[in-house]
Amino acid sequence: MVSEFRIRTETESNMAKQSGSNKSRLYVPEPPFRPGDTPDYSHISVPAAHSPVRPDPLCDADETRDHATSLIRVMRFNGETQGDWVPGISPEIKRTALRDIALTRAMDERMFTMQRQGKMSFYMKSTGEEAVSVGHSLALQDTDMIFPTYRQQGILINRGASMKEMMCQCLSNSGDPLDGKSIPVLYSFKKHGFFSISGNLGTQLIQGVGWAMASAYKNSDEIASVFTGEGATAEGDFHYALNFASTYRAPCIINVVNNQWAISSFQGIAAGEGETFAARGTGYGLATLRVDGNDVLAVYAATEWAAERARRGGGATLIEHFTYRKSGHSTSDDPSKYRPESEPDVWPFGDPLERLKTHLILIGEWDEERHVELLESCKKQVRETYKSAEAMGNLSGETRVNDFTMFEQVYEHALPHLDEQKRMFAQERD
Amino acid sequence: MPQMNMIEAIRDALDVKMSQDSDVLVFGEDVGYFGGVFRATAGLQETHGLHRCFDTPISEGGIVGIAIGMAANGLRPVAEIQFADYIYPAYDQIASEAARLRYRSNGDFTAPITIRTPVGGGIYGGTTHSQSPEALFTHIAGLKTIIPSNPYDAKGMLIDAIEDNDPVLFLEPKRLYNGPFYGDPHAPAKTWRGHELGEVPSGHYTVPIGEARKISKGGDVTILAYGTMVWVAQKVAEDMGLEADILDLRSLLPLDIEAIEKSVKKTGRCVILHEATRTSGFGAELAAQVQERCFYALEAPIQRVTGWDTPYPHAQEWAYFPGPKRVGNALRSVMEG
Ligand SMILES: Cc1ncc(C[n+]2csc(CCOP(=O)(O)OP(=O)(O)O)c2C)c(N)n1
Repeated sequence: MVSEFRIRTETESNMAKQSGSNKSRLYVPEPPFRPGDTPDYSHISVPAAHSPVRPDPLCDADETRDHATSLIRVMRFNGETQGDWVPGISPEIKRTALRDIALTRAMDERMFTMQRQGKMSFYMKSTGEEAVSVGHSLALQDTDMIFPTYRQQGILINRGASMKEMMCQCLSNSGDPLDGKSIPVLYSFKKHGFFSISGNLGTQLIQGVGWAMASAYKNSDEIASVFTGEGATAEGDFHYALNFASTYRAPCIINVVNNQWAISSFQGIAAGEGETFAARGTGYGLATLRVDGNDVLAVYAATEWAAERARRGGGATLIEHFTYRKSGHSTSDDPSKYRPESEPDVWPFGDPLERLKTHLILIGEWDEERHVELLESCKKQVRETYKSAEAMGNLSGETRVNDFTMFEQVYEHALPHLDEQKRMFAQERD
Repeated sequence: MPQMNMIEAIRDALDVKMSQDSDVLVFGEDVGYFGGVFRATAGLQETHGLHRCFDTPISEGGIVGIAIGMAANGLRPVAEIQFADYIYPAYDQIASEAARLRYRSNGDFTAPITIRTPVGGGIYGGTTHSQSPEALFTHIAGLKTIIPSNPYDAKGMLIDAIEDNDPVLFLEPKRLYNGPFYGDPHAPAKTWRGHELGEVPSGHYTVPIGEARKISKGGDVTILAYGTMVWVAQKVAEDMGLEADILDLRSLLPLDIEAIEKSVKKTGRCVILHEATRTSGFGAELAAQVQERCFYALEAPIQRVTGWDTPYPHAQEWAYFPGPKRVGNALRSVMEG
């Protein structure tokens, strides 16, 4: 079954471009819009009045087949909630979500600007997709282990990790818990159930499944939740993960954050244009959900369902979070080179922060004035935290990382040849 | 003569081959419309068509796998792996398949593919954007591994690689894309503009795989280097006032052992440089071959200057990099020996 929400490209126009001396029958998909085009997504019908039913979390995986091709939504654009997936959470928790989305965004803004000023080598924003991290994290236990990608900083914010430590990691300074070893954003926070992020895409999906298998073996209630972008689902590791998760009914959630773009490649390159990413799970016999990733309540609801299924022995769920990467891939990227500059603004699923705000105002739990105050206080917190972080060193001045730490943690105990190299390095320093 | 940086020279080589031979296809992650994260394929899709220069899924094993299949079916694919640090998912396709297809089928099937990939540090890329994995590939029978150090060689060697009937791994020292790098990150960056090796003839020419480039003809010491380290070697030797015979190996496998032997027999001293980790690095192979052929001519132990046996750290990048200090220490010790 073909989803009505997939982005269709025109085979005909593709073939036309290949006419003339370059004729070939080799098909290469293209995104619907490129720089210079006026993006129009009116063909994507945003479902307003329905959501697929919410089956029992211990249902047969088969009962979630349609969920892989439809879209779970809770909030309408006018702020009303509807359908079976409306989560039973208090206004207090919703305001926490609002704050964490705003705080993540404010931190991303600041760090991006500081990278531009040469304070760090690199940075990656999660703008537009913060609801995925925040909503997901809110619905899990803090002891559940997350195997994130570099775009889940919202989880750390929600779990109360020290923003200063996060910033120091990016600044590679003397406050960096990783001693400058890793590039910015590749955090590791075991104390917050946040697995060390690898720069190699896809590799951690199957490790998360292994973590979950260990939890099951130990009769623990803890589950694992693993993340990938839609682009990296093309790696073999993704398929290992689906296979093993299915075979051993691993208590885990496999999240595909479909933000439409993998650097310059649109999502049709990773998947072909025929199916959704959630539907990848169907063939492996996994439960599958596809959720509006800009609707934090829907993300919460889908996660809650999948977590319950995993915890109660029902096995793994594949969740596709349908969202949009509003900013460049990283500070090294210029998205205007491959997509229309206005595309983020016309993306038909709105902005996660605005949507939650509209909902909270509608139910009388928020107002414009408090919202302005919230944004201000987030900015202030970020500004002050950054100042104290930068005081511990940065890349444009002195990082104040001890260079000798590069020889540490290669092995548990230093090996003789490394000790020898450390001595050579000391000589070099004299 | 046209002036080009290394990216432009690589792009020009691809353009020349794509224009000449409709069997040449170029693909990889972000390679098509965008033209590659280092811009090496910019404009090729527009010039040669969507089906000749295109984006692939993020699947290095898949990229090399289709290249092998296409090549076996008569095409000349040039695959890009975005960073050499991401080549490992393709390792099985390269080591077990591309490199062995000819042997396994006794010449019935072959895989004339070229794999381009950026290597080396110097851009604060940390553990996953800085590696130099050449030794993992020179250890593979059936594969050729080459690494240019300047725009002129890059174009000529890439054309030769594409025309080669065996699989070739073409390593691109990313720190050299925009200019020569002499090892001091605080010195103002140099560009290839005005540099002799930035003069790149238009059209077709080759720099044959298997020949080292001899840089100077001193009698004091032989320095074996490749990639970024070629430039560091030149600067340090010059600053020390050494008459050094520097060989830019360019081609690691096949290796120009005659040129190496000739030089070491003349100088009696040999220093080997590479950015990769030390243990089981390509320097070990070089040292072994030099002592096999030149033992009685050697006046001092062969020295290796390399990266440390740790992952490539981020903040400590320049403490890791085998810079002028480390190279100078080795040269002094070999001259005293
Ligand atoms: C194995 C591997 N191949 C390539 C890369 C280079 N790379 C880094 S991010 C990226 C795009 C990832 O896109 P996606 O999975 O959609 O995640 P997003 O960035 O959109 O969150 C690529 C190709 C890498 N880090 N690892």
